[in-house]
Amino acid sequence: MIAVELRKLFRRPRTWATIAVLNALPILVAVLLVLTDLAPRPGQGPVFLSAVFVNPALFALAALAIVLPLFLPIAVAVVAGDAVAGEAQAGTLRYLLARPAGRTRLLVAKLVAVLVFVLITVLIVAAVGYLVGTTLITPRPGLGNGGTSVSGTSLTQQELVERALLAIGYVAISMLGVAAFGLFFSTLTDSPLGATMGALAVLVASSLLFTLDAASPIAPYLPTRYWLSFVDFFRDPILWRDITRGMALQGVYVGVLLGAAWANFTTKDITS
Amino acid sequence: MSAVIATRGLVKRYGSLRAVDGIDLDVRAGDVYGFLGANGSGKTTTVRMLLGLVLPTSGGIEVLGARMPRAGRRVLPRVGALIEGPAHYGHLSGRENLALLDASGPGGSWRTRQRRIAEVLEQVGLGGVGRRPVKAYSLGMRQRLGLAGALLRRPELLVLDEPTNGLDPQGISEIRELLLELNRTGTTVFLSSHLLAEVEQLCTRVGVLDRGQLVLQEEMARLTAPTGATVVQTPTPDRVRSALDGRVTSVDGERVIVRGDDPAEVNRLLVGAGISVTGLALQRPTLEEVVLAAAGTSTDRVESSR
Repeated sequence: MIAVELRKLFRRPRTWATIAVLNALPILVAVLLVLTDLAPRPGQGPVFLSAVFVNPALFALAALAIVLPLFLPIAVAVVAGDAVAGEAQAGTLRYLLARPAGRTRLLVAKLVAVLVFVLITVLIVAAVGYLVGTTLITPRPGLGNGGTSVSGTSLTQQELVERALLAIGYVAISMLGVAAFGLFFSTLTDSPLGATMGALAVLVASSLLFTLDAASPIAPYLPTRYWLSFVDFFRDPILWRDITRGMALQGVYVGVLLGAAWANFTTKDITS
Repeated sequence: MSAVIATRGLVKRYGSLRAVDGIDLDVRAGDVYGFLGANGSGKTTTVRMLLGLVLPTSGGIEVLGARMPRAGRRVLPRVGALIEGPAHYGHLSGRENLALLDASGPGGSWRTRQRRIAEVLEQVGLGGVGRRPVKAYSLGMRQRLGLAGALLRRPELLVLDEPTNGLDPQGISEIRELLLELNRTGTTVFLSSHLLAEVEQLCTRVGVLDRGQLVLQEEMARLTAPTGATVVQTPTPDRVRSALDGRVTSVDGERVIVRGDDPAEVNRLLVGAGISVTGLALQRPTLEEVVLAAAGTSTDRVESSR
Protein backbone atom coordinates (compact mmCIF):
# COMPACT_ATOMS: atom_id res chain seq x y z
CA MET A 1 0.00 0.00 0.00
CA ILE A 2 2.81 2.39 0.91
CA ALA A 3 4.61 1.42 -2.29
CA VAL A 4 1.45 2.16 -4.24
CA GLU A 5 1.12 5.59 -2.69
CA LEU A 6 4.76 6.41 -3.36
CA ARG A 7 4.37 5.30 -6.95
CA LYS A 8 1.32 7.53 -7.33
CA LEU A 9 3.05 10.51 -5.76
CA PHE A 10 6.33 10.31 -7.61
CA ARG A 11 4.86 9.40 -10.99
CA ARG A 12 2.93 12.64 -10.89
CA PRO A 13 4.48 15.40 -12.96
CA ARG A 14 3.20 17.92 -10.42
CA THR A 15 5.33 16.49 -7.62
CA TRP A 16 8.50 17.09 -9.61
CA ALA A 17 7.33 20.49 -10.76
CA THR A 18 6.87 21.47 -7.11
CA ILE A 19 10.37 20.33 -6.25
CA ALA A 20 11.77 22.17 -9.26
CA VAL A 21 10.04 25.40 -8.28
CA LEU A 22 11.31 24.95 -4.75
CA ASN A 23 14.87 24.86 -6.05
CA ALA A 24 14.43 27.86 -8.30
CA LEU A 25 14.52 30.43 -5.50
CA PRO A 26 17.85 29.39 -3.94
CA ILE A 27 19.40 29.18 -7.41
CA LEU A 28 18.17 32.68 -8.16
CA VAL A 29 19.64 33.91 -4.87
CA ALA A 30 22.98 32.27 -5.68
CA VAL A 31 23.10 33.81 -9.14
CA LEU A 32 22.31 37.24 -7.72
CA LEU A 33 24.98 36.84 -5.07
CA VAL A 34 27.58 35.97 -7.63
CA LEU A 35 26.57 38.70 -10.06
CA THR A 36 26.39 41.49 -7.52
CA ASP A 37 28.96 40.20 -5.07
CA LEU A 38 26.80 41.61 -2.30
CA ALA A 39 26.59 39.11 0.51
CA PRO A 40 24.49 40.18 3.48
CA ARG A 41 26.43 41.12 6.56
CA PRO A 42 26.64 38.46 9.28
CA GLY A 43 23.39 38.54 11.22
CA GLN A 44 21.38 39.94 8.36
CA GLY A 45 19.29 38.23 5.68
CA PRO A 46 18.63 34.51 5.61
CA VAL A 47 20.81 32.48 7.94
CA PHE A 48 24.14 31.22 6.54
CA LEU A 49 23.93 33.45 3.52
CA SER A 50 26.66 35.66 4.91
CA ALA A 51 28.90 32.64 5.40
CA VAL A 52 28.74 31.22 1.90
CA PHE A 53 31.67 33.31 0.71
CA VAL A 54 33.75 31.70 3.42
CA ASN A 55 32.62 28.17 2.68
CA PRO A 56 30.47 27.80 -0.47
CA ALA A 57 29.30 24.37 0.67
CA LEU A 58 27.26 26.16 3.33
CA PHE A 59 24.97 27.31 0.56
CA ALA A 60 23.23 23.96 1.02
CA LEU A 61 22.07 25.20 4.41
CA ALA A 62 21.43 28.70 3.16
CA ALA A 63 19.15 27.19 0.52
CA LEU A 64 17.17 25.38 3.23
CA ALA A 65 16.91 28.58 5.25
CA ILE A 66 15.64 30.40 2.17
CA VAL A 67 12.83 27.94 1.40
CA LEU A 68 11.95 27.07 5.00
CA PRO A 69 9.75 30.02 6.00
CA LEU A 70 7.34 29.86 3.05
CA PHE A 71 8.19 27.77 0.01
CA LEU A 72 8.77 24.46 1.71
CA PRO A 73 5.62 24.61 3.91
CA ILE A 74 3.56 25.53 0.84
CA ALA A 75 4.89 22.54 -1.04
CA VAL A 76 4.23 20.23 1.91
CA ALA A 77 0.74 21.69 2.43
CA VAL A 78 -0.07 21.15 -1.24
CA VAL A 79 0.98 17.52 -1.17
CA ALA A 80 -0.58 16.74 2.22
CA GLY A 81 -3.79 18.61 1.45
CA ASP A 82 -4.12 16.70 -1.78
CA ALA A 83 -3.54 13.33 -0.11
CA VAL A 84 -7.12 12.31 0.66
CA ALA A 85 -9.14 15.21 -0.73
CA GLY A 86 -7.46 14.86 -4.12
CA GLU A 87 -8.55 11.24 -4.35
CA ALA A 88 -12.03 12.25 -3.24
CA GLN A 89 -12.25 14.94 -5.88
CA ALA A 90 -11.02 12.62 -8.63
CA GLY A 91 -13.49 9.95 -7.45
CA THR A 92 -10.74 7.40 -6.99
CA LEU A 93 -11.21 7.39 -3.22
CA ARG A 94 -14.42 5.36 -3.45
CA TYR A 95 -12.72 2.77 -5.65
CA LEU A 96 -9.73 2.55 -3.31
CA LEU A 97 -11.96 2.02 -0.28
CA ALA A 98 -14.21 -0.46 -2.08
CA ARG A 99 -11.15 -2.34 -3.26
CA PRO A 100 -10.84 -2.43 -0.09
CA ALA A 101 -7.72 -0.47 0.82
CA GLY A 102 -8.80 -0.12 4.47
CA ARG A 103 -9.26 3.38 5.78
CA THR A 104 -6.57 3.27 8.46
CA ARG A 105 -4.10 1.65 6.09
CA LEU A 106 -4.81 4.25 3.43
CA LEU A 107 -4.31 7.09 5.89
CA VAL A 108 -1.03 5.63 7.15
CA ALA A 109 0.19 5.06 3.59
CA LYS A 110 -0.70 8.64 2.68
CA LEU A 111 1.15 9.93 5.72
CA VAL A 112 4.26 7.92 4.92
CA ALA A 113 4.15 9.12 1.31
CA VAL A 114 3.98 12.73 2.48
CA LEU A 115 6.89 12.13 4.88
CA VAL A 116 8.97 10.62 2.11
CA PHE A 117 8.11 13.60 -0.05
CA VAL A 118 9.26 15.97 2.70
CA LEU A 119 12.51 14.11 3.19
CA ILE A 120 13.29 13.84 -0.52
CA THR A 121 12.41 17.48 -1.09
CA VAL A 122 14.64 18.67 1.76
CA LEU A 123 17.48 16.47 0.55
CA ILE A 124 17.15 17.70 -3.02
CA VAL A 125 17.08 21.34 -1.91
CA ALA A 126 20.19 20.77 0.18
CA ALA A 127 21.94 18.84 -2.59
CA VAL A 128 21.09 21.40 -5.26
CA GLY A 129 22.15 24.15 -2.86
CA TYR A 130 25.47 22.39 -2.32
CA LEU A 131 26.07 21.96 -6.05
CA VAL A 132 25.07 25.50 -6.88
CA GLY A 133 27.15 26.88 -4.02
CA THR A 134 30.30 24.99 -4.87
CA THR A 135 30.11 25.59 -8.61
CA LEU A 136 28.99 29.22 -8.71
CA ILE A 137 30.52 30.76 -5.64
CA THR A 138 34.27 31.11 -5.23
CA PRO A 139 35.44 31.51 -1.62
CA ARG A 140 37.17 34.74 -0.81
CA PRO A 141 40.58 34.11 0.64
CA GLY A 142 40.59 37.33 2.63
CA LEU A 143 37.91 36.08 4.99
CA GLY A 144 39.93 33.13 6.22
CA ASN A 145 38.41 29.73 6.68
CA GLY A 146 37.28 30.22 10.23
CA GLY A 147 33.92 31.35 11.49
CA THR A 148 31.89 28.52 10.01
CA SER A 149 29.98 27.98 13.22
CA VAL A 150 27.42 30.58 14.16
CA SER A 151 29.29 31.05 17.43
CA GLY A 152 32.37 32.11 15.51
CA THR A 153 34.57 29.09 16.10
CA SER A 154 35.80 26.81 13.38
CA LEU A 155 34.20 23.46 12.67
CA THR A 156 36.09 20.68 11.00
CA GLN A 157 34.79 19.46 7.65
CA GLN A 158 33.52 16.27 9.28
CA GLU A 159 31.69 18.12 12.04
CA LEU A 160 30.15 20.33 9.44
CA VAL A 161 28.84 17.40 7.40
CA GLU A 162 27.42 15.67 10.50
CA ARG A 163 25.68 18.78 11.68
CA ALA A 164 24.37 19.54 8.22
CA LEU A 165 22.77 16.10 8.11
CA LEU A 166 21.24 16.66 11.55
CA ALA A 167 19.93 20.02 10.42
CA ILE A 168 18.37 18.47 7.30
CA GLY A 169 16.67 15.89 9.52
CA TYR A 170 15.40 18.61 11.83
CA VAL A 171 13.96 20.63 8.96
CA ALA A 172 12.17 17.53 7.75
CA ILE A 173 10.70 16.99 11.23
CA SER A 174 9.61 20.63 11.36
CA MET A 175 7.57 20.00 8.25
CA LEU A 176 5.71 17.10 9.91
CA GLY A 177 3.38 19.50 11.68
CA VAL A 178 2.40 21.09 8.35
CA ALA A 179 1.93 17.65 6.86
CA ALA A 180 -0.31 16.64 9.76
CA PHE A 181 -2.43 19.78 9.43
CA GLY A 182 -2.73 19.23 5.68
CA LEU A 183 -3.67 15.58 6.08
CA PHE A 184 -6.22 16.34 8.78
CA PHE A 185 -7.93 19.03 6.70
CA SER A 186 -7.71 16.69 3.74
CA THR A 187 -9.97 14.21 5.51
CA LEU A 188 -12.49 16.96 6.31
CA THR A 189 -13.16 18.20 2.80
CA ASP A 190 -13.39 16.90 -0.75
CA SER A 191 -11.53 19.92 -2.06
CA PRO A 192 -7.72 19.57 -2.07
CA LEU A 193 -7.38 23.32 -2.49
CA GLY A 194 -9.45 23.89 0.65
CA ALA A 195 -7.30 21.50 2.66
CA THR A 196 -4.08 23.14 1.46
CA MET A 197 -5.41 26.59 2.21
CA GLY A 198 -6.49 25.45 5.67
CA ALA A 199 -3.00 24.22 6.48
CA LEU A 200 -1.44 27.40 5.13
CA ALA A 201 -3.88 29.55 7.10
CA VAL A 202 -2.72 27.82 10.27
CA LEU A 203 0.91 28.54 9.39
CA VAL A 204 0.28 32.16 8.49
CA ALA A 205 -1.66 32.64 11.73
CA SER A 206 1.13 30.97 13.68
CA SER A 207 3.84 33.12 12.08
CA LEU A 208 1.80 36.23 12.68
CA LEU A 209 1.08 35.45 16.33
CA PHE A 210 4.74 34.67 16.86
CA THR A 211 5.65 38.29 16.11
CA LEU A 212 2.98 39.66 18.44
CA ASP A 213 4.02 40.41 22.00
CA ALA A 214 0.49 39.94 23.31
CA ALA A 215 0.59 36.37 22.04
CA SER A 216 3.76 35.53 23.95
CA PRO A 217 1.98 33.22 26.45
CA ILE A 218 1.03 30.88 23.62
CA ALA A 219 4.18 31.44 21.57
CA PRO A 220 5.95 28.26 22.75
CA TYR A 221 3.05 26.19 21.40
CA LEU A 222 2.87 27.72 17.94
CA PRO A 223 3.73 25.16 15.26
CA THR A 224 6.24 27.43 13.56
CA ARG A 225 7.91 28.51 16.81
CA TYR A 226 11.06 26.37 16.58
CA TRP A 227 11.41 26.03 12.84
CA LEU A 228 14.56 28.08 12.53
CA SER A 229 16.18 26.32 15.48
CA PHE A 230 18.10 24.17 13.03
CA VAL A 231 20.64 26.98 13.17
CA ASP A 232 21.41 25.83 16.70
CA PHE A 233 23.14 22.76 15.30
CA PHE A 234 25.87 25.12 14.14
CA ARG A 235 26.53 26.67 17.50
CA ASP A 236 29.53 25.46 19.37
CA PRO A 237 28.58 23.39 21.30
CA ILE A 238 25.20 22.47 19.81
CA LEU A 239 22.39 24.24 21.61
CA TRP A 240 19.94 21.42 22.12
CA ARG A 241 17.25 23.18 24.15
CA ASP A 242 15.13 24.62 21.33
CA ILE A 243 15.83 21.69 19.06
CA THR A 244 14.42 19.14 21.48
CA ARG A 245 11.48 21.39 22.26
CA GLY A 246 10.83 21.82 18.56
CA MET A 247 10.84 18.09 18.00
CA ALA A 248 8.58 17.44 20.97
CA LEU A 249 6.16 20.13 19.80
CA GLN A 250 5.99 18.68 16.30
CA GLY A 251 5.47 15.28 17.85
CA VAL A 252 2.47 16.50 19.83
CA TYR A 253 0.93 18.23 16.80
CA VAL A 254 1.44 15.17 14.64
CA GLY A 255 -0.02 12.86 17.28
CA VAL A 256 -3.11 14.94 17.98
CA LEU A 257 -3.87 15.81 14.37
CA LEU A 258 -3.35 12.32 13.08
CA GLY A 259 -5.61 11.01 15.80
CA ALA A 260 -8.26 13.49 14.74
CA ALA A 261 -7.74 12.67 11.07
CA TRP A 262 -8.05 8.95 11.81
CA ALA A 263 -11.17 9.39 13.95
CA ASN A 264 -12.80 11.49 11.26
CA PHE A 265 -11.78 9.43 8.27
CA THR A 266 -12.67 6.01 9.63
CA THR A 267 -16.21 7.06 10.56
CA LYS A 268 -16.91 9.21 7.55
CA ASP A 269 -19.48 8.55 4.82
CA ILE A 270 -17.69 8.56 1.50
CA THR A 271 -20.07 10.40 -0.79
CA SER A 272 -17.57 11.78 -3.27
CA MET B 1 -30.51 -20.49 -3.43
CA SER B 2 -28.28 -18.69 -0.98
CA ALA B 3 -28.47 -14.95 -0.47
CA VAL B 4 -25.62 -12.97 -1.98
CA ILE B 5 -26.92 -9.65 -0.72
CA ALA B 6 -29.36 -9.49 2.16
CA THR B 7 -30.29 -6.36 4.06
CA ARG B 8 -32.65 -6.09 7.00
CA GLY B 9 -34.41 -2.82 7.76
CA LEU B 10 -31.58 -0.82 6.24
CA VAL B 11 -31.88 2.87 7.08
CA LYS B 12 -29.69 5.83 6.21
CA ARG B 13 -30.70 9.17 7.59
CA TYR B 14 -29.10 12.49 6.65
CA GLY B 15 -30.43 14.85 9.27
CA SER B 16 -34.20 14.63 9.00
CA LEU B 17 -34.08 13.18 5.48
CA ARG B 18 -34.44 9.41 5.30
CA ALA B 19 -32.45 8.70 2.14
CA VAL B 20 -32.89 4.96 2.58
CA ASP B 21 -35.86 4.01 4.67
CA GLY B 22 -35.88 0.44 5.90
CA ILE B 23 -35.21 -1.73 2.87
CA ASP B 24 -34.89 -5.51 2.80
CA LEU B 25 -32.91 -6.47 -0.27
CA ASP B 26 -32.72 -10.09 -1.26
CA VAL B 27 -30.30 -10.90 -4.07
CA ARG B 28 -29.67 -14.58 -4.68
CA ALA B 29 -26.74 -16.43 -6.20
CA GLY B 30 -26.98 -16.45 -9.98
CA ASP B 31 -29.34 -13.48 -10.20
CA VAL B 32 -29.00 -10.58 -12.54
CA TYR B 33 -30.70 -8.20 -10.18
CA GLY B 34 -32.02 -4.94 -11.55
CA PHE B 35 -32.09 -2.23 -8.91
CA LEU B 36 -34.41 0.42 -10.30
CA GLY B 37 -35.36 3.79 -9.02
CA ALA B 38 -35.69 7.40 -10.05
CA ASN B 39 -32.85 9.83 -9.49
CA GLY B 40 -32.61 10.62 -5.80
CA SER B 41 -34.59 7.57 -4.71
CA GLY B 42 -31.65 6.25 -2.67
CA LYS B 43 -30.05 3.81 -5.14
CA THR B 44 -26.57 5.20 -4.88
CA THR B 45 -26.70 5.49 -1.11
CA THR B 46 -27.77 1.85 -0.92
CA VAL B 47 -24.98 0.73 -3.26
CA ARG B 48 -22.47 2.67 -1.18
CA MET B 49 -23.73 1.05 2.00
CA LEU B 50 -23.36 -2.40 0.45
CA LEU B 51 -19.71 -1.59 -0.29
CA GLY B 52 -18.96 -0.11 3.14
CA LEU B 53 -18.46 3.44 1.87
CA VAL B 54 -21.48 4.88 3.66
CA LEU B 55 -22.24 3.64 7.15
CA PRO B 56 -25.90 2.74 7.77
CA THR B 57 -27.86 4.56 10.47
CA SER B 58 -29.50 1.29 11.43
CA GLY B 59 -30.23 -2.13 10.02
CA GLY B 60 -27.99 -4.98 8.91
CA ILE B 61 -26.19 -5.81 5.67
CA GLU B 62 -24.87 -9.19 4.62
CA VAL B 63 -22.82 -9.54 1.48
CA LEU B 64 -21.62 -13.00 0.40
CA GLY B 65 -22.72 -14.32 3.76
CA ALA B 66 -20.71 -11.94 5.96
CA ARG B 67 -21.68 -8.82 7.88
CA MET B 68 -20.81 -5.54 6.22
CA PRO B 69 -19.08 -3.21 6.78
CA ARG B 70 -17.26 -5.20 9.48
CA ALA B 71 -16.14 -8.02 7.18
CA GLY B 72 -15.18 -5.65 4.35
CA ARG B 73 -11.61 -6.80 4.21
CA ARG B 74 -12.71 -10.38 3.67
CA VAL B 75 -15.74 -9.77 1.46
CA LEU B 76 -14.85 -6.85 -0.80
CA PRO B 77 -11.96 -8.54 -2.63
CA ARG B 78 -14.59 -10.96 -3.96
CA VAL B 79 -16.82 -8.11 -5.15
CA GLY B 80 -16.26 -6.05 -8.28
CA ALA B 81 -17.79 -2.59 -8.29
CA LEU B 82 -18.52 0.28 -10.58
CA ILE B 83 -19.78 3.15 -8.44
CA GLU B 84 -21.35 6.24 -10.01
CA GLY B 85 -19.13 6.35 -13.05
CA PRO B 86 -15.51 5.40 -13.46
CA ALA B 87 -12.63 7.31 -11.84
CA HIS B 88 -8.97 6.99 -12.71
CA TYR B 89 -5.64 8.77 -12.46
CA GLY B 90 -5.67 10.75 -15.70
CA HIS B 91 -1.93 11.00 -16.17
CA LEU B 92 -1.39 7.24 -16.03
CA SER B 93 -2.21 4.60 -18.61
CA GLY B 94 -5.20 2.28 -18.22
CA ARG B 95 -2.90 -0.62 -17.52
CA GLU B 96 -1.06 1.31 -14.81
CA ASN B 97 -4.37 2.39 -13.26
CA LEU B 98 -5.54 -1.21 -13.03
CA ALA B 99 -2.21 -2.29 -11.56
CA LEU B 100 -2.35 0.40 -8.88
CA LEU B 101 -5.94 -0.45 -7.98
CA ASP B 102 -5.13 -4.14 -7.79
CA ALA B 103 -2.08 -3.48 -5.61
CA SER B 104 -3.96 -1.32 -3.12
CA GLY B 105 -5.95 -4.11 -1.51
CA PRO B 106 -5.84 -7.76 -0.56
CA GLY B 107 -6.68 -10.68 -2.80
CA GLY B 108 -4.85 -9.68 -5.97
CA SER B 109 -1.56 -11.54 -6.35
CA TRP B 110 1.15 -9.54 -8.11
CA ARG B 111 2.37 -12.66 -9.84
CA THR B 112 -0.79 -12.97 -11.90
CA ARG B 113 -1.44 -9.24 -12.13
CA GLN B 114 -0.15 -8.51 -15.62
CA ARG B 115 -1.91 -11.55 -17.04
CA ARG B 116 -5.21 -10.65 -15.34
CA ILE B 117 -4.97 -7.06 -16.55
CA ALA B 118 -4.36 -8.20 -20.13
CA GLU B 119 -7.33 -10.56 -19.87
CA VAL B 120 -9.85 -8.04 -18.58
CA LEU B 121 -8.73 -5.36 -21.00
CA GLU B 122 -9.33 -7.86 -23.79
CA GLN B 123 -12.71 -8.73 -22.26
CA VAL B 124 -14.01 -5.17 -22.16
CA GLY B 125 -12.64 -4.40 -25.61
CA LEU B 126 -9.61 -2.31 -24.67
CA GLY B 127 -7.01 -4.93 -25.60
CA GLY B 128 -5.14 -2.69 -27.99
CA VAL B 129 -5.33 0.54 -26.05
CA GLY B 130 -1.58 0.76 -25.45
CA ARG B 131 0.14 3.25 -23.19
CA ARG B 132 -1.80 6.43 -23.72
CA PRO B 133 -2.90 8.18 -20.52
CA VAL B 134 -6.48 7.84 -19.35
CA LYS B 135 -7.10 11.57 -19.78
CA ALA B 136 -6.94 10.92 -23.54
CA TYR B 137 -9.70 8.28 -23.31
CA SER B 138 -13.26 8.87 -24.46
CA LEU B 139 -16.11 8.59 -21.96
CA GLY B 140 -17.01 5.15 -23.30
CA MET B 141 -13.42 3.95 -22.97
CA ARG B 142 -13.29 5.14 -19.38
CA GLN B 143 -16.48 3.27 -18.68
CA ARG B 144 -14.95 0.13 -20.15
CA LEU B 145 -11.80 0.63 -18.09
CA GLY B 146 -13.94 1.00 -14.97
CA LEU B 147 -15.64 -2.26 -15.79
CA ALA B 148 -12.25 -3.88 -16.36
CA GLY B 149 -11.26 -2.77 -12.86
CA ALA B 150 -14.39 -4.42 -11.47
CA LEU B 151 -13.60 -7.70 -13.24
CA LEU B 152 -9.93 -7.81 -12.28
CA ARG B 153 -10.22 -10.46 -9.59
CA ARG B 154 -12.95 -12.62 -11.14
CA PRO B 155 -15.47 -11.48 -8.56
CA GLU B 156 -18.39 -13.63 -7.40
CA LEU B 157 -20.54 -10.53 -7.22
CA LEU B 158 -20.56 -7.54 -9.52
CA VAL B 159 -22.13 -4.35 -8.17
CA LEU B 160 -22.62 -2.01 -11.10
CA ASP B 161 -24.05 1.47 -10.92
CA GLU B 162 -25.18 2.63 -14.38
CA PRO B 163 -22.60 0.52 -16.23
CA THR B 164 -23.62 1.56 -19.74
CA ASN B 165 -23.40 5.29 -19.10
CA GLY B 166 -21.60 7.06 -21.92
CA LEU B 167 -21.50 4.01 -24.19
CA ASP B 168 -22.78 4.06 -27.75
CA PRO B 169 -25.47 1.51 -28.79
CA GLN B 170 -22.89 -1.04 -29.99
CA GLY B 171 -20.99 -0.61 -26.74
CA ILE B 172 -24.16 -1.13 -24.72
CA SER B 173 -25.01 -4.38 -26.46
CA GLU B 174 -21.39 -5.54 -26.16
CA ILE B 175 -21.38 -4.90 -22.41
CA ARG B 176 -24.78 -6.59 -22.09
CA GLU B 177 -23.38 -9.69 -23.80
CA LEU B 178 -20.36 -9.62 -21.51
CA LEU B 179 -22.50 -9.37 -18.37
CA LEU B 180 -24.76 -12.22 -19.53
CA GLU B 181 -21.69 -14.33 -20.30
CA LEU B 182 -20.25 -13.65 -16.84
CA ASN B 183 -23.60 -14.48 -15.29
CA ARG B 184 -23.69 -17.81 -17.15
CA THR B 185 -20.32 -18.70 -15.63
CA GLY B 186 -21.64 -18.05 -12.13
CA THR B 187 -21.24 -14.35 -11.39
CA THR B 188 -24.12 -12.70 -9.60
CA VAL B 189 -24.80 -9.25 -11.01
CA PHE B 190 -26.38 -6.40 -9.07
CA LEU B 191 -27.22 -3.72 -11.57
CA SER B 192 -28.40 -0.34 -10.39
CA SER B 193 -29.99 1.70 -13.13
CA HIS B 194 -32.75 4.07 -14.06
CA LEU B 195 -32.83 2.75 -17.63
CA LEU B 196 -35.84 0.46 -17.74
CA ALA B 197 -34.98 -0.96 -21.15
CA GLU B 198 -31.55 -2.00 -19.96
CA VAL B 199 -32.94 -3.77 -16.93
CA GLU B 200 -35.74 -5.39 -18.92
CA GLN B 201 -33.29 -6.94 -21.37
CA LEU B 202 -30.80 -8.12 -18.81
CA CYS B 203 -32.28 -8.86 -15.43
CA THR B 204 -33.91 -11.91 -13.90
CA ARG B 205 -35.05 -10.13 -10.75
CA VAL B 206 -36.05 -6.56 -10.10
CA GLY B 207 -36.21 -4.34 -7.05
CA VAL B 208 -37.81 -0.92 -7.32
CA LEU B 209 -36.82 1.84 -4.96
CA ASP B 210 -39.06 4.84 -4.42
CA ARG B 211 -38.20 7.58 -1.95
CA GLY B 212 -35.94 5.28 -0.02
CA GLN B 213 -38.42 2.43 0.18
CA LEU B 214 -38.35 -0.84 -1.68
CA VAL B 215 -41.83 -0.83 -3.21
CA LEU B 216 -41.36 -3.92 -5.34
CA GLN B 217 -39.03 -6.93 -5.38
CA GLU B 218 -39.95 -9.73 -7.71
CA GLU B 219 -38.86 -12.17 -10.41
CA MET B 220 -38.86 -10.46 -13.77
CA ALA B 221 -40.75 -13.36 -15.36
CA ARG B 222 -43.55 -12.94 -12.86
CA LEU B 223 -43.79 -9.19 -13.24
CA THR B 224 -44.21 -9.38 -16.97
CA ALA B 225 -46.29 -12.55 -16.89
CA PRO B 226 -49.35 -12.61 -19.20
CA THR B 227 -52.33 -10.90 -17.62
CA GLY B 228 -54.88 -13.34 -19.04
CA ALA B 229 -56.01 -10.95 -21.74
CA THR B 230 -55.33 -10.73 -25.45
CA VAL B 231 -54.46 -7.60 -27.39
CA VAL B 232 -56.12 -7.28 -30.78
CA GLN B 233 -55.09 -4.74 -33.41
CA THR B 234 -57.88 -4.02 -35.85
CA PRO B 235 -59.04 -1.16 -38.06
CA THR B 236 -62.64 -1.77 -36.91
CA PRO B 237 -62.71 -1.88 -33.11
CA ASP B 238 -66.50 -1.38 -32.94
CA ARG B 239 -67.17 -4.57 -34.86
CA VAL B 240 -64.86 -6.47 -32.44
CA ARG B 241 -66.90 -5.19 -29.54
CA SER B 242 -70.16 -6.46 -31.06
CA ALA B 243 -68.70 -9.78 -32.22
CA LEU B 244 -67.11 -10.71 -28.89
CA ASP B 245 -70.02 -9.55 -26.83
CA GLY B 246 -68.98 -8.50 -23.32
CA ARG B 247 -65.39 -9.81 -23.43
CA VAL B 248 -63.85 -6.50 -24.54
CA THR B 249 -62.45 -4.71 -21.50
CA SER B 250 -61.04 -1.62 -23.16
CA VAL B 251 -60.59 0.04 -26.54
CA ASP B 252 -57.77 2.43 -27.30
CA GLY B 253 -57.81 3.58 -30.91
CA GLU B 254 -57.21 0.44 -32.96
CA ARG B 255 -56.06 -1.50 -29.93
CA VAL B 256 -58.66 -3.67 -28.24
CA ILE B 257 -58.13 -5.66 -25.05
CA VAL B 258 -60.07 -8.89 -24.96
CA ARG B 259 -60.47 -11.18 -21.94
CA GLY B 260 -59.09 -14.69 -22.51
CA ASP B 261 -55.53 -15.98 -22.68
CA ASP B 262 -55.77 -17.87 -25.96
CA PRO B 263 -55.08 -15.59 -28.94
CA ALA B 264 -55.82 -18.44 -31.35
CA GLU B 265 -59.35 -18.78 -30.05
CA VAL B 266 -59.93 -15.00 -30.22
CA ASN B 267 -58.57 -15.01 -33.75
CA ARG B 268 -60.91 -17.83 -34.82
CA LEU B 269 -63.93 -15.93 -33.52
CA LEU B 270 -62.93 -12.68 -35.22
CA VAL B 271 -62.07 -14.25 -38.56
CA GLY B 272 -65.34 -16.18 -38.39
CA ALA B 273 -67.17 -12.88 -38.01
CA GLY B 274 -65.31 -11.48 -41.02
CA ILE B 275 -63.34 -8.89 -39.04
CA SER B 276 -59.86 -8.03 -40.31
CA VAL B 277 -57.14 -8.40 -37.69
CA THR B 278 -53.76 -6.70 -38.14
CA GLY B 279 -52.16 -7.82 -34.91
CA LEU B 280 -52.75 -10.31 -32.14
CA ALA B 281 -50.80 -11.02 -28.96
CA LEU B 282 -51.05 -12.07 -25.35
CA GLN B 283 -51.17 -9.03 -23.12
CA ARG B 284 -48.05 -8.65 -20.99
CA PRO B 285 -47.37 -5.62 -18.85
CA THR B 286 -44.13 -3.85 -19.76
CA LEU B 287 -41.63 -3.24 -17.03
CA GLU B 288 -42.32 0.44 -17.42
CA GLU B 289 -45.98 -0.04 -16.59
CA VAL B 290 -45.11 -2.17 -13.58
CA VAL B 291 -42.59 0.32 -12.27
CA LEU B 292 -44.79 3.34 -12.82
CA ALA B 293 -47.63 1.60 -11.03
CA ALA B 294 -45.39 0.76 -8.07
CA ALA B 295 -43.48 4.01 -7.77
CA GLY B 296 -44.87 7.50 -7.47
CA THR B 297 -43.83 10.64 -9.27
CA SER B 298 -40.26 11.50 -10.11
CA THR B 299 -38.27 12.61 -7.08
CA ASP B 300 -36.63 15.31 -9.17
CA ARG B 301 -39.92 17.16 -9.03
CA VAL B 302 -40.15 19.66 -6.25
CA GLU B 303 -43.80 20.55 -5.80
CA SER B 304 -44.74 23.82 -4.19
CA SER B 305 -46.08 23.17 -0.73
CA ARG B 306 -48.94 25.63 -1.09
